Amino acid sequence: MEKTVNHKAWFLVLPVLVLVAFSAVVPLMTVVNYSVQDTFGNNEFFWAGLEWFDEMLNSQRMWDALGRQLAFSAIILAIEVPLGIFVALNMPKKGFWASVCLVLMALPLLIPWNVVGTIWQIFGRVDIGLLGYTLDKLGIPYNYTQDFFAAWATVIIMDVWHWTSLVALLAYAGLQSIPDAYYQATKIDQASRWAVFRFIELPKMQGVLMIAILLRFMDSFMIYTEPFVVTGGGPGNSTTFLSIDLVKMALGQFDLGPAAAFSIMYFLVILLISWVFYTVMTNLDKRETGR
Amino acid sequence: MARITLDNLAHSYRANPTGEQDFALKELNHVWNDGEAYALLGASGCGKSTLLNIISGLLHPSQGRILFGDRDVTHAPTAERNIAQVFQFPVVYDTMTVRQNLAFPLRNRGADPAYIASRVQAIARMIGMESELDHKARGLTADAKQKISLGRGMVREDVNALLFDEPLTVIDPHMKWELRTQLKSLHREFGHTMIYVTHDQTEALTFADKVVVMHDGRVVQIGTPEELFETPQHTFVGYFIGSPGMNVIPARVEGNKAYINGSHIPLGRAYAGLDGDVAIGVRPEYARLSDSEGLPVKLRRVEDVGRHKIVRADFFGQPINIIAPEGATITTDMNRVVFDPAHINVYRDNWRVEGEAA
Repeated sequence: MEKTVNHKAWFLVLPVLVLVAFSAVVPLMTVVNYSVQDTFGNNEFFWAGLEWFDEMLNSQRMWDALGRQLAFSAIILAIEVPLGIFVALNMPKKGFWASVCLVLMALPLLIPWNVVGTIWQIFGRVDIGLLGYTLDKLGIPYNYTQDFFAAWATVIIMDVWHWTSLVALLAYAGLQSIPDAYYQATKIDQASRWAVFRFIELPKMQGVLMIAILLRFMDSFMIYTEPFVVTGGGPGNSTTFLSIDLVKMALGQFDLGPAAAFSIMYFLVILLISWVFYTVMTNLDKRETGR
Repeated sequence: MARITLDNLAHSYRANPTGEQDFALKELNHVWNDGEAYALLGASGCGKSTLLNIISGLLHPSQGRILFGDRDVTHAPTAERNIAQVFQFPVVYDTMTVRQNLAFPLRNRGADPAYIASRVQAIARMIGMESELDHKARGLTADAKQKISLGRGMVREDVNALLFDEPLTVIDPHMKWELRTQLKSLHREFGHTMIYVTHDQTEALTFADKVVVMHDGRVVQIGTPEELFETPQHTFVGYFIGSPGMNVIPARVEGNKAYINGSHIPLGRAYAGLDGDVAIGVRPEYARLSDSEGLPVKLRRVEDVGRHKIVRADFFGQPINIIAPEGATITTDMNRVVFDPAHINVYRDNWRVEGEAA
């Protein structure tokens, strides 16, 4: 049969194109525009080519921020994923207490980022904060505004407090979907508790865990508000992560060109990592459904 | 291997059962003889799986005791009972290969690697998966996965009993016969006590030495396939076994006669003083159409199923089935039915009454 060609169908795509243009293409092109030009105000622009990209790639400051960022994401993933699984394994499976647990677990997820930052900023203060005051009285040196280690510990514990629930809830959903027969079979086969986890629970949670890791990685890689509120990136530059550095550069120093180049590279890194995750996940799916 | 004794066993899924209706499994006393093959037959939801899970220790009964030999195992965990059980839907360890799956129960018990290897090979041959031993279990068909589950159930030689919970539901029909034959030969070879849960009567009757029929949480009859056919102890057994099932016709029974609508049918035995809901049960195989003797029926339909014909008829307003042999001709003036007196059972409140010799 001859396929009929109807060009009017393109009009149906138009609304989406307009939406995407305003939500993504136009803002992104603005940034691209800044990244290849130099401006001295008065809306005067001079062509700069790839100069800013070159400068950023050779900037120790950016590499340091990237290093801190990767370290931060790696640490919180290393804590939140196992801890989330552990919590999920120990949550009641059904009944009243299961609901109570779910609500309690969901609470931190509902708190706005800057409120989380404020809570921990106050909680950790040595003069009025419960945590800071107690540690200080116990003779443990703790001052996140001056001590590098205390600052990192505070930011990491805050993130763990805020986001472990997400991993736990996803893992819990994965566990709930395992039919009883699997547990019965492991009892018949006399499998150890570890073997049940290794051969039943972990494989069945694989899908949701990939999503949890992806979400937590992307989110932690873009973290801004909480460390900004708690430490402001300090002491020194010790908790200055990529987006904090970016904001300092763009709004603090008003270096629009370098900041734009920085933004684009930041965006590309996130895109690249998302692509890697996506590829890994779809490959796992393929393996799941057979060769 | 051991004799399994159920002593006053009952189970309710409710925390505080108030009456008999709360029990999924009603009080039960039974001994499973060592080395026999049993089929546990009954409609869905009659408590078969509950009973199986209690024997394997996956469930703990609300009351009563379970003994393996002379040892009380009522509160012993599954691992201690050393039982193999295969479930209705396949359970495989996705990340393992077929070989690792089959070896898993043996490895968990710390068996010798050489022994494990030979045993896995033997089981793989039995389930016809020798060539797929090194495939990952993930991605196999449901059929193959269930064969692995069966294989895992059979891999241990020293188990106290082998329990099967409708294991062939997801298997292809031609493979069903094959696997059932394998199970039978396994039974002959090793003499394990086997309990095979099914709702398929053919499966039950071909597999087992003794068939245990359950209905509504209760064991209604235990017997050989022949006993279940000839003398169903409960009308449910009559309905459930046989195709079509037994005709159950409400009647008034006095002495050696059953009265239906003023007419009477001679009985093989005599019964005295029956009250309650009384009915007679006749298998379609023992009813015969006639043009001169017996009581009037209205023929509705004749179905030729090959080996014989099934006649659907109306007997005083009650539908009954009659089986006519393959060659028999059925004419329009055959409008009477004769029941073989020796094969009429009498039931009071659904339970069979043993009459006296007439």
